[in-house]
Amino acid sequence: MDKQQEIKNVAQSLNMKPYKKGWNSATHDRSYVPRIELQTQSSKLVDLETAIMKSGLKDGMTISFHHHFREGDKIINMVVDKLAQMGYRDLQLASSSLSDVHAPLIKHIQNGVITRIQTSGLRGELADAISHGLMDNPVIFRSHGGRAAAIENGELHIDVAFLGASSCDYLGNANGYSRSGREKSICGSLGYAKVDAENADKVIILTDNIVTYPNVPVTISEGDVDYIVLVDEVGDASKISSGAIRDTKNPHDILLAETAAKVVEHSGYFYDGFSLQTGSGGASLAVTKYLREAMITKNIKARYALGGITSHMVKLHEEGLIDKLLDVQSFDLVAATSLKNNRFHQQISASTYANPFENGSAINWLDVVILSALEVDTEFNVNVLTGSNGVIRGAIGGHPDTAAGAALSIVVVPLIRGRIPCVVDKVTTLITTGDCVDVVVTDQGVAVNPARPEIEQRLRKAKLPIMSIQELKDKAESVIGKPDSLVFGEKIVGVVTSRDGAVLDTIHQIIDEQI
Amino acid sequence: MNKNRLRRTMMFAPGNNPSMIQDAHIYGADSIMMDLEDSVALAQKDAARLLVYNALKSCNYGNTELVVRVNPLSTPYGMQDIEAVVRAGVHVVRMPKTETAQDVVECDEQITRVERECGREVGSTLIMAAIESALGVVNAYAIATASPRMMGIALGAEDYSANLKTNRSKEGIELLLARQTIVVAARAAGIDALDTVFSDLNDMEGFANEIKLIKQLGFDGKSVINPRQIPIVHNIFAPESQQIEKSLNIIRAMQEATAKGSGVISLKGKMIDRPVLLRAQRTIDLAIASGIISKDELYGYEVENNG
Repeated sequence: MDKQQEIKNVAQSLNMKPYKKGWNSATHDRSYVPRIELQTQSSKLVDLETAIMKSGLKDGMTISFHHHFREGDKIINMVVDKLAQMGYRDLQLASSSLSDVHAPLIKHIQNGVITRIQTSGLRGELADAISHGLMDNPVIFRSHGGRAAAIENGELHIDVAFLGASSCDYLGNANGYSRSGREKSICGSLGYAKVDAENADKVIILTDNIVTYPNVPVTISEGDVDYIVLVDEVGDASKISSGAIRDTKNPHDILLAETAAKVVEHSGYFYDGFSLQTGSGGASLAVTKYLREAMITKNIKARYALGGITSHMVKLHEEGLIDKLLDVQSFDLVAATSLKNNRFHQQISASTYANPFENGSAINWLDVVILSALEVDTEFNVNVLTGSNGVIRGAIGGHPDTAAGAALSIVVVPLIRGRIPCVVDKVTTLITTGDCVDVVVTDQGVAVNPARPEIEQRLRKAKLPIMSIQELKDKAESVIGKPDSLVFGEKIVGVVTSRDGAVLDTIHQIIDEQI
Repeated sequence: MNKNRLRRTMMFAPGNNPSMIQDAHIYGADSIMMDLEDSVALAQKDAARLLVYNALKSCNYGNTELVVRVNPLSTPYGMQDIEAVVRAGVHVVRMPKTETAQDVVECDEQITRVERECGREVGSTLIMAAIESALGVVNAYAIATASPRMMGIALGAEDYSANLKTNRSKEGIELLLARQTIVVAARAAGIDALDTVFSDLNDMEGFANEIKLIKQLGFDGKSVINPRQIPIVHNIFAPESQQIEKSLNIIRAMQEATAKGSGVISLKGKMIDRPVLLRAQRTIDLAIASGIISKDELYGYEVENNG
């Protein structure tokens, strides 16, 4: 049998095809063009309108965004403006979070372009308008871990993800920084966006910095990216990340941070090889600084620090006090730069960070987390979402995820903010359940959850000012009295989900008091 | 009221700032001084007085000594300030710009009158006087002894250096005579001497140097304007371990002598004089306040002077 016939027969028997010159028509053509030139002809590179049309987006679908550009973000407003202009209606907007800068969405809610929202948080005018009943459908609030899980298990299906990036190559490899040095902005980790990129039906990267292939190490991989859109700017660089988080000079915050550091030190979880996370907020961020001194004195090193990574964390990492950094979100320029340059500063996705259904989530291997709060109640429940006036003004973030995951969760909160008590009978909105909160540190005393008597004993021995949570509440009330209860309407404007996707609490429309 | 107590730090809080007034004690200052005088604008005088009055009546400040700096009696506000704060139960009235013994006597008379009117024990309100002029320094001893209510005298350096026709230097050479005069007058009168504020919050090293200086000069403590200054003062005023050990031995020797009914205290064959005993007591008070030793470690020792 001649060779050709043999190949034919074998191919047939293996259910394969015999080779044909020029290969299968779907195969990439050979080209003699220098590759530096060839990559610029990438078919993924289109304008925004083309990308939207090609993505197959239809009315009623879900679009997603990330919040790594913080208050500097220009992507969400730019994309929704374009969608409105193209005549889209009834879209669900699922962003990892929303902030002050997204107030222009109000008009797109009014004109019917956006009819549903899922997010971790809301702030500013948009939050105020929604709290006052702007939307017909309640906003679904999810924690970072809860969102990642909902996207992965299909509860939150994303049709098209619009993901801003500080750099992207012609093939779609995208990062929150670049090695070209020409990026206009740098946000560091793209941990929240990674989940969207891996699970959305279509992924559009928007960048103001196209770099040559390969843009490694890669955060969002070309295999997940369908279209690349070059825009003038993804955001306001100074508001995306600038400098290092400044040391707080607020005496309340310093006192809270020092006390919280002492709590960690004497909690029983301060051992060589421990792991920690600090949440946002001046006091909880500052804890690292005061913990550093105890780490040096007692010759204790942390195995890893997790979460929103700050310049404080980077400093300890570079000093050898924290072995590894796991970064789902870089809080400042120092952290973003460290992510790019430090070998053991590792970027992780929101799912790797806090997926409640994965044993391997980094939160489950945390010893200590230090979190802030707007309100804590006498059952140790925490609210980080609605203000004392009932208006939405915050974000769930990773609060309930880390509190549940860590061996020791500490919440730092001033007893009183201005004229507002922060330790109350019942939180306005339930975000993190009291069974996950072990210690509440205030500037006027420390309360330990009765479920953790061993910790109370250790802290008493260390002469920390231990009180019951009830005593703290009474103390706050003795100074400023009991505020009048809020007046809510019937309409539900927000639904708070627990990290496993169940309905935990509802937020009602706030009725402004007539004065 | 306890005349003899630790006053390492007296923290200023403007009398018209509710958020600072309501929890001024949480930073651990020995005394807090709510101000109705220079930090309060004329238009705010009434509001500040009302706020301070209510704070004194309703807030629980724990063991912290509560001082209010009133406006001088020569102004339209001074008398109303005294009326309000004495009625509210203030521990100490701080008189600004005190120049003569007569200033103290007048203040004493008004306090006595208000105490009688409101049914407060006569003499229970203490006075401290801030000396802020050359005349005041010259009269320091007379001021310190002008009333049994006097618990301390303090230097107000800004007005004083202006009065001297000079300005303040980092080293404080221009304040040396005033500082020493005030310490000597206070000691002669058996009351406390408190040093002036240090206003540059960005110069913590300069602040620490000044604390070392005034501690060496003999001051009991310092006025502070920011909570961040408090631990620095307390650390510098904290006694060293050798000194504590020695003081503990002296106190124990005293306890043994008391137990035996003996009036003579001796340690390792040497007799202990009263000044040595007093110094030892102060060291122990400081050590307890600094958290170096706890009360439990002192078998039978009563912490008489602390709070």
